[in-house]
Amino acid sequence: MLYQLEGSQAIAKAVALCRPKVICAYPITPQTHILEGVGELVRNRELSDCEFINVESEMAALSVAIGAQATGVRSYTATSSQGLLYMIEAVYNASGLELPIVMTLGNRAIGSPINIWNDHSDAMSVRDAGWIMLFAETNQEALDLHIQAFKIAEKVKCPVMVCVDGFILTHAYDRVDIPPQGEVDEFLPSYVPHVSLDVDNPIAIGAMVSPEYFMEVRYLAHRRQTDSLEIIQCVGEMFQQKFGRDSGGLVRRYCVDGAETIIVTLGSVAGTIKDAVDELNLDGQSFGVISIVSYRPFPAEIIMNSLKNARKVIVVEKALAPGVGGILSQEIELALKNTKVEIVSVIAGLGGRSITKLMLKECFLMKDHARTTFLGLKEDIIAREYTPMKCCGCEGST
Amino acid sequence: MFQIRVHGRGGQGVVTAAEMLSIAAFLEKKHAQAFPSFGSERMGAPVMAFCRISNKEIRLREPVLEPNALIIQDRTVIESSNAFQGVVENGFVLVNSSVEISNPVKNVNIKCIDATGIALEHVGRPIPNAVLLGSFAALTKIIKIDSVIEAIKTKFSGSIAEKNIKAAQIAYEETLKGI
Repeated sequence: MLYQLEGSQAIAKAVALCRPKVICAYPITPQTHILEGVGELVRNRELSDCEFINVESEMAALSVAIGAQATGVRSYTATSSQGLLYMIEAVYNASGLELPIVMTLGNRAIGSPINIWNDHSDAMSVRDAGWIMLFAETNQEALDLHIQAFKIAEKVKCPVMVCVDGFILTHAYDRVDIPPQGEVDEFLPSYVPHVSLDVDNPIAIGAMVSPEYFMEVRYLAHRRQTDSLEIIQCVGEMFQQKFGRDSGGLVRRYCVDGAETIIVTLGSVAGTIKDAVDELNLDGQSFGVISIVSYRPFPAEIIMNSLKNARKVIVVEKALAPGVGGILSQEIELALKNTKVEIVSVIAGLGGRSITKLMLKECFLMKDHARTTFLGLKEDIIAREYTPMKCCGCEGST
Repeated sequence: MFQIRVHGRGGQGVVTAAEMLSIAAFLEKKHAQAFPSFGSERMGAPVMAFCRISNKEIRLREPVLEPNALIIQDRTVIESSNAFQGVVENGFVLVNSSVEISNPVKNVNIKCIDATGIALEHVGRPIPNAVLLGSFAALTKIIKIDSVIEAIKTKFSGSIAEKNIKAAQIAYEETLKGI
C-alpha cells in the first residue's frame, strides 16, 4: 500500500515487518527518528513479541544486540557518525562472531569539527570491519533493503549495515510502498539460528583463537563475503519476483551501455546525478551512471565489466581520506587496473554541503579533470587560511 | 515539476508545512517530496523547508533553488534569509503579514495574509502553517483545499485539528476573494 512518509518512519515500518525480537539503540542525529519510530511500533504493539531495550550508549546498544542475537533471536540497532565510532569494538565483534544483526547507519560526517549533516565518512570508517554494507538511493530502496538485509545476513551469517543518507533520506517525505505483513513473512521466515547460547546446553562463542588458527578464521570471513556477492544478487531477484520492485542487487546501471563517460557513486546523490545526466544526454553528450548498492562485499568484477568500455569514469564520493583523496575511487581504480579507462575522483557533499544538478553538470563537462576535484570548494577561504609549509631547517641553510 | 520553499522560524511549523503540502499532493495521486534545510532546529532560528510536486517520480535531491512558490511564515526573515532568491517569473509569493509588504521582485504574484492573526483567533496559538496552506491552495491552485484538510488531519488530532482546518478554510476563502 502506498504512503507518504518520512524516510525514518518508512525504515521503522520495514524493520517492524521483519519481526525482530530485540531492538536496542541509543539516539543520535540523524538516526533518532528511526529509533523513535520503532520504539513507537513496539509500544503500540504493531510490532509485538519484541523487546525494546534502552541502553546508555552505542557501545551498549550493539553489545546488547550481539548478546540477544547470540541467544538465537533476530536483533536490530541503528546509529550514525560518532555513535558508530563509539561502538566500533562491538562492530568488529558482531562480524567476527558471525551474528546476523541488521543495523541502519544514518550517514553523517565525523567530527571534529562537529557537524551533524550528511556524508559517508562514518560508513567508510568501518568498511573493513567485515560487515555487508548496502547503500540506499531512495527511501523506497531503504525500506526494501532492510527486508532484504535480514535475509542476506541470516543466509551468509554476517551482519548487514544498511546505509541511508542522513537528513537527505532519513528526514525526507516521499511516496513509499509498504508490503503487507503476510508477504514479508513469506519472503523472510522466522529466524533459525546457526548458533544459540542456552544455559541448559552450555557452549562458548568468541573464545580466544591462537596464531595457529586465526588466519583461517579471517580467511573464512573473507570467503563468506566474496561468496555473498551471489547471494545478495539472488535475494534482490527474489525480492523483485515477490514484490515487483527492482531494489537491491549489487549495482544499479543507468544509461551505461555505450556511454563515453560513466559516473560512479553511492547513495542518494545518484538521483540528482541521473537528472543531470539526462539533461546532458539530451544535449548530445554520452553519460551513464552506476550506483553501487553493495559496497561490501565490493562487486569488482561487475563494476569492471560495466566500466571497461568507457573512456572516462568520474567517481562522485562523499568521503575523504586526508593525504590520499577519495576512498571509493581507489577501489574503482583497482577494479579497472588492467584497462586504459581514465578515472577521476570528485569529492562532494562533505558535511552536508549541497550537491546541485548544475554543479554536477559543469563538473562532468570539464575537459581536463584533475585526479581529485573538490566540488564547490571555496578557493578564497583556502587562499586566506592556507600557508604553504616549509621544513624549519631547510630554508636558507647552506 | 512545481517547487515550493517555505521560510520561517523554528517553532512555527515550517517543516510540518512542507510535509503537509507533500501529503496533500500525495492524496491527489501526485509524486511529492518534502524535506527540511536540516539542522538548525532551534526555537526562533531562521528555518527553511522544501517541497516538490510532480506527475512523475522525483529523483532530484538538491535544495529548492528556483521556487515556483514561496511561503514566508515570518516576514522578519525575508532579508536575513534572502528569501526571494531564485523565485521564478510569474511565481507565487505568500507572506504571513498583517501589512502589505513592498514587492522586491518583479513579475511575481504576491499575497499577504495575516495568518498569525487568523491562527490566534481560531486555534489560539500563533502557529501560522496550516492557515497559510489554506491560502496557498487558493493562490496557486496546485492542490485542492480538501487535500490540505486531509493533510492537516495527519499531523494534528482532535480539537486542534478541527481548529486548524477551520482556520485554513477561512484563509482559503479570504484569499479566493482577493484574487
